[in-house]
Amino acid sequence: MIRSAAKALIARDLRMLWRRRGDSLQPALFAVLVAMLFALALGGEAQALSNVAAAVLWLAVLLAGLLALDTLFRSDAEDGSLEQWLLAPVPLAWLVAVRVFTHWATTALPLLLVTPLLAELLHLPREQLPVLLASLALGTPLLSLLGAVVAALTVGMPRSGILVALLALPLYVPVLVFGAGSVAAAAQGLDPSGALLLLGAGLVMASLLAPLAAAAAIRIALG
Amino acid sequence: MNPVVRWFHQLGSPPYFDRFAARWAPWGYGLGTLVMAYGIWAALFQVPADYQQGDSFRILYIHVPSAWMSLFVFGLMAVYAAIALIWRIKLCEILAMACAPIGAAFTVITLATGSIWGKPMWGTWWDWDPRLTSELILLFLYLGIMGLYNAIDDRRAAARAAGLLAIVGVVLLPVIRYSVVWWNSLHQGQTIRLLGESSIDGSMVPPLVAMLVGTKLWFIGSLLMRARADNLHRESGKGWVTALVEVKR
Repeated sequence: MIRSAAKALIARDLRMLWRRRGDSLQPALFAVLVAMLFALALGGEAQALSNVAAAVLWLAVLLAGLLALDTLFRSDAEDGSLEQWLLAPVPLAWLVAVRVFTHWATTALPLLLVTPLLAELLHLPREQLPVLLASLALGTPLLSLLGAVVAALTVGMPRSGILVALLALPLYVPVLVFGAGSVAAAAQGLDPSGALLLLGAGLVMASLLAPLAAAAAIRIALG
Repeated sequence: MNPVVRWFHQLGSPPYFDRFAARWAPWGYGLGTLVMAYGIWAALFQVPADYQQGDSFRILYIHVPSAWMSLFVFGLMAVYAAIALIWRIKLCEILAMACAPIGAAFTVITLATGSIWGKPMWGTWWDWDPRLTSELILLFLYLGIMGLYNAIDDRRAAARAAGLLAIVGVVLLPVIRYSVVWWNSLHQGQTIRLLGESSIDGSMVPPLVAMLVGTKLWFIGSLLMRARADNLHRESGKGWVTALVEVKR
């Protein structure tokens, strides 16, 4: 039952996404534009850029994920599918977890794939790239899970734009600190594994607890 | 029925809580002001200057109690929110949401006094070190909870949603509490311990205790007053509120 529900939900989400496949490129495009803006604002000088490249890339990915949060539950809340989730004979938290996973795979994963390209644009030192990719691979699902709680809290509101950002960003700070911190440690020749392990531990915790919290929030929002 | 249990059930009734809060809030404010007045006086005139920091350490008597309160109020808010979510007690929703602005105010005081203290001691108003940053995030969480509470029209749903955010935010509290232990920080380590030997001089302690107790009492007064206002607002269509207003006229 649980597995077939997950399969059906993933198949539906992917089919919906395929019908509007142009939209799925938008987060990646946004990240490219943010990176470009930073590069131009910093004057385009290679040395200045390579010092801040890791931080800029982390911010670009984080902001792109923040803008994508609104699509996590909103269309389902508007067309009533979310009410069907409540009535479904499988736990709501499970459906939330499956949705967060497909959402991450369709919005954050493309970002991860363009990161090497962006890193080259921003003159990120080559030896920092594996650490950056590892920290993003552990950090972006964590951001999606935390963001899911906030998106669920605001799903009942007609326009939640800036409020989502105000609620989610404080929760994102620790992820950003450890994610960007791991690359900064690697840049100084230190061992980045401590920060990466903390991100991994956070990811394990969040994948257990965040779907439960998001499910509770959806129940509150839909009354 | 056990009288304590009965009292607890009575307190959940809006008219009973209104009378209770109206009776006890002035006591919280009054006693809090008295105790804090003693604490400030003793901190300014009784306590000797610090051997290292001179007179500027005296701001500790405002900074430390408000920092403790900023964490304590958040924890209390989460407890109220959990009770409200689990047992659907309306009064606990009101109390949880009444905690948020008070806690935010204590956080602002903590950050402001910390800055003022930091300028002569560290030579800078602000530093992005773990404890300062996490306290700033705490302020944003308080503001986010207040923002969410005001953004949803249905008061009960708003209180439950904001309460859930408070419970999620609780994971931050141990990070703030232990940030000076876990990371090398510009902020000084803890000097005051409830258990074991404090590294603060004995003569400096009594005003600090007075300030800690005083801020708690003031908080009780403020909490009851805010909760009473929200309670009256929510019940404004009911007969007992109208009757109360009539009596006042």
